[in-house]
Amino acid sequence: MTAPPDDCLARNEWICGEYLSTRRQILLDAVVQHLQLTVLSVLIALVIAVPLAVLARRWGWAAGPVLALTTVLYTIPSLAMFSLLLPVYGLSASLVVAGLVLYSLTLLVRNILAGLRAVPEDTRQAARGMGYGPVRLLLAVELPLALPAAMAGLRIAMVSAVSLVTVGAIVGFGGLGNLIYAGMNTYFKAQVLTASVLCVVIAVAADVLLLGVQRVLTPWERASRAARS
Amino acid sequence: MKTLGDALAWLGDSAHWAGDDGIWHRLTQHLVLTVVCLLISCLIALPVALVLGHLGKGGALAVNISNVGRAVPTFAVLVLLLLTPLGRWGEGPTVVALVLFAVPPLLTNAYVGMRGVDQSVVRAARGMGMTGPQLLRQVELPLALPLVLSGVRIAAVQLVATATIAALAGGGGLGRIITAGFNLASTPQVVAGAMLVAVFALLVEGVFEVAERLAPGWTRRRGSAG
Repeated sequence: MTAPPDDCLARNEWICGEYLSTRRQILLDAVVQHLQLTVLSVLIALVIAVPLAVLARRWGWAAGPVLALTTVLYTIPSLAMFSLLLPVYGLSASLVVAGLVLYSLTLLVRNILAGLRAVPEDTRQAARGMGYGPVRLLLAVELPLALPAAMAGLRIAMVSAVSLVTVGAIVGFGGLGNLIYAGMNTYFKAQVLTASVLCVVIAVAADVLLLGVQRVLTPWERASRAARS
Repeated sequence: MKTLGDALAWLGDSAHWAGDDGIWHRLTQHLVLTVVCLLISCLIALPVALVLGHLGKGGALAVNISNVGRAVPTFAVLVLLLLTPLGRWGEGPTVVALVLFAVPPLLTNAYVGMRGVDQSVVRAARGMGMTGPQLLRQVELPLALPLVLSGVRIAAVQLVATATIAALAGGGGLGRIITAGFNLASTPQVVAGAMLVAVFALLVEGVFEVAERLAPGWTRRRGSAG
């Protein structure tokens, strides 16, 4: 009989290189699922949020109800949100995506609306005076000026989504959350710590990436900052 | 619609309200966890934030801690704490995780509120011969109160959410009804539990909303941070 291996896996240590090398494929699959769920939800939320915010800006009366509804949605804890969607979506990835869309929507609508509202009236009037129609005003003046606020919202939504995906483990679609959940039930320390650290790494990487995108999309911000200093 | 009816029927069954796994017990646990942890978090975060804001130091830390809090998954922290020696001490991991996630919004909002106080008012108070502590208590704190309170509100909502997720890691609270429902593959119970949690969270938010309306005008928030 061979002696049981005496490596860090057998000793159940927190940090374990052996774990990384033997479970590479599992980790990779979990990261891919995590990214898919996050990116898909935030993209869907973005597609819905932009028109909602624009409409809420156009029709002042719509802003109140839209903001109230998003506040209510945001107040509901994630576990309850996923559970409330269970009868509609069953135990599926769509359930997690739908829940995340609702949260991201809240953050995005609020920020885009704040950005649109912050466009100076002078700027709007100047554009109208130059013969801009409502559509061109929106696309060429208002939306670009709302971009910094919108991107701030997008960054918060993305980082929150990365962290919330883990709760999807309750229905088996939680990306790295699945590994944390399984690791909890088996007291597998290396797996829980590795998956948790990867979650934070993904969140930080997404944040930095979006910050870079924002810099590229709004060159005038940099120019005005340089002029001020 | 049928599931909704089933969920309501589940809630209507008095057997589900009594006992250690009953709704009343879970509701009390959730409420106690939220209130106790909110108090602990306020005791930790507010003095630090108020003093830092008064001195004008540590701003980067106070503001960035909110962003860090958002990036770290609640569930991961709960499980990590559960696997540490702390995990053997009943609700220990839950309490620590709840406090960890309630502190950032409190810290950030209180700090931003203190820094947002009109500097000419501060200079006038100094000119009148106020000492540092007097300035903090009688001038800066009252003026920063709207943001401090909005931080408390955000923290309370966060606490309710975190206490729910704690059920995934074996903690107490209303979330346990949901996780038990998943284990029993009982959709009515899952939905009923989720409805209870949602109503509880909205009630907490509502209590703060009403308190804000009833409070004197100057304590109302003009905007929030974090």
